[in-house]
Amino acid sequence: MKKKTLAFAGALAVSALALSGCASGGGASEAASDHKLKAEISYAFWDVNQKPAMEALIKDFNKEFPNIRVKTQITPYANYFTKLQTQGSSNTLPDVFWLNGPNFQLYASNDMLEPMSKDLKPADYPKALNDLYSWDGTQYGVPKDFDTIAVYYNKAIFDEAGVAYPTADWTWDEFHQKAKAISDKLKAKGIYGVASGLNGGQEVYYNSILQAGGSIISEDGKKSGYDDPKSIAGLQFVRDLVADGSSPTPSQLSDTPQDQWFINGKSAMIWSGTWSNSEFLGSQVKGSIAVAPLPKGERRATVIHGLANAVAKGSKNKAAALAFQNYLGSKQAAETQAKMGAANPAFNGTQQAFVDSAPWDLNIFESAATEYAFPYPISKNTAAWNKLENDLLPAAFSGEQPVPDVAKKLAAEMNKALAKEQK
Amino acid sequence: MTGLASAPGAVAAQAAAPRSGRRGSSDPRPRARLRSSLWALLFVGPLLIGVLVFYIWPIFRNAYFSFTTWGAFGGATWTGLDNYETMLGDPDFWRAIVNTLIYVGILLLGIPVAVLFAALINRPGLRFAAVYRTAFFLPYVAMPAAVAMVWRIIFNGDFGILNYTLSLVGITGPNWLSTEWFALLSVGLVGMWISLGFNLIVLSAGMRGIPPEMYEASTLDGASRARQFFSITVPLLSPSIFFVSVMTVITGFQVFDLLYALMGTQNPAINQTQSLVYLFFAHQQAGDNGYAAAVGVAILLLVGAFTMLQFRMQKRWVTYD
Repeated sequence: MKKKTLAFAGALAVSALALSGCASGGGASEAASDHKLKAEISYAFWDVNQKPAMEALIKDFNKEFPNIRVKTQITPYANYFTKLQTQGSSNTLPDVFWLNGPNFQLYASNDMLEPMSKDLKPADYPKALNDLYSWDGTQYGVPKDFDTIAVYYNKAIFDEAGVAYPTADWTWDEFHQKAKAISDKLKAKGIYGVASGLNGGQEVYYNSILQAGGSIISEDGKKSGYDDPKSIAGLQFVRDLVADGSSPTPSQLSDTPQDQWFINGKSAMIWSGTWSNSEFLGSQVKGSIAVAPLPKGERRATVIHGLANAVAKGSKNKAAALAFQNYLGSKQAAETQAKMGAANPAFNGTQQAFVDSAPWDLNIFESAATEYAFPYPISKNTAAWNKLENDLLPAAFSGEQPVPDVAKKLAAEMNKALAKEQK
Repeated sequence: MTGLASAPGAVAAQAAAPRSGRRGSSDPRPRARLRSSLWALLFVGPLLIGVLVFYIWPIFRNAYFSFTTWGAFGGATWTGLDNYETMLGDPDFWRAIVNTLIYVGILLLGIPVAVLFAALINRPGLRFAAVYRTAFFLPYVAMPAAVAMVWRIIFNGDFGILNYTLSLVGITGPNWLSTEWFALLSVGLVGMWISLGFNLIVLSAGMRGIPPEMYEASTLDGASRARQFFSITVPLLSPSIFFVSVMTVITGFQVFDLLYALMGTQNPAINQTQSLVYLFFAHQQAGDNGYAAAVGVAILLLVGAFTMLQFRMQKRWVTYD
């Protein structure tokens, strides 16, 4: 209670300062910070494709804060969180850094993060993302972008197989029939109906589980949802696609990643997110791509996930770091990212530039977010049960073991991992 | 490929050189001896500090952490033998031992191949010997990640060169890198191919040490090339072969980068193929640092045991002089 009063007083002081401060921020940052602030801060992220956009943001930020030098640190995703954790252990985290949902609670619960700058307003971002980056009632990260899932499809392959294009209100059955028809028809050419990533749930099975009415984890984050018969039905849907050859097997998808099948014209459909947009724009099948919503099971559903910019609690230049976080959370920064096609920005009402960046209908991703999106499943130590999913589920998808057996075993192991978190 | 393999020269010289002459310090005066050992310490000092800080100290730290549950950002809590209990009851652990041993076995099978090739490229009067030596050595100095990229393309189940070649003779090849057992075999063969270069160089150096008179004398006695190979080359080369096999076992036990780069973390066959070091990595990634540390201790003990066994057995087959 006391903490809250203090925070409120702080907010008052800050907004008073903001009122008396400069009004020439150009709508970008109305931070109370001193614009002559001199410091050097580090900014860590993993996606090299977004480097030009991040550098453009830093340049714009420097127009307002010319004396803050922002040094970028790019680490490939595979090592990013290993490195971050090591830095966290030795209290040398970058001043500002990207965080994702699965890792957020780990950092927040271990007191590694500075609460989100008070000049930023949560109302500017989708609620699901604010919730994702809140811990114990405090929001830490400012949402950077978000992604939902839809079906990208290759019209040329549909034409070749003589199969009708997907419709906006299609169902699981229709989806499966089309995938099967294409696989059967074009088998000689090695073309499949659908090739989607089966490793990690975000692209396929989290969605199908939610569509079947099941869940991955209970809302309080304490219990696995994998033993729910509805969740099992969601997994079975994926298994059935592999079983009749509508999709390549997990082995094939491990040898050749899902996006490679699609951009080389070897699969007609792929379930994927907004992040694939820039890759597909640069691919040879660009001219024949279209987008359809995910097919409907018991209900419509997609997971929504987004990244956030967070400030390290141990930052030695906290004022500068918060000023930069402020800028990154601004409408202007969102629009820059959208225009450069880097990511679908999280700031409400700035998505149009991103929607315009591709010839296919990206509005489908936006309306999915507002109409039928479910938050990406996480807990305090998400990595522990993500490992279990990766260890156990391939046997279910490949047909080595029956889906219900695997799902029940996964639920039991996951519950053990979740119980450990509570200690 | 590994820290241990990066400074092979010194150990090679020690193991491969014929032990002759008096051993120990040549100076009997105690003060002078003390002074010379102080000098020696001064020169070895910087390296010694590095080894202590980056190798010895972590070994003890790791052993300590194996008895704890370790939070994501430090803060270890003592849990006694819990991690070891979990480890010994974990089928993945036993499978990882089996996989690692099979991998080491495949690498060891590469040693006779290396001896044969070494003999071939060291034939007197062979033209372009340096070219062959370089060609064999290249895979060893190439980045394992780069090597793995190339082999991934070769082994690809749907679009790889290997399966395409097999299809020409009517064989449908498996998904080499994502099918149980096939994956282990494939990774082992690539590992063997990489290690060939290093083994070849060490063995070649050993062969140069064999006095040519031996071959001349045996030729006069009418010995065939094959007879010379088995009766002169192999026995006189045994110290080098011994060194190479010790190194092979150690590097084999440490296999990780190749497995990681060839198969990736999302491979459906990775659990049936993972090595001990991979198991360490996987648990560390999942935030289970205490368990990972226990696996680290198991690796250390196993490598120690196997190396000791090799040194015990060397009396039976290694000839010095």
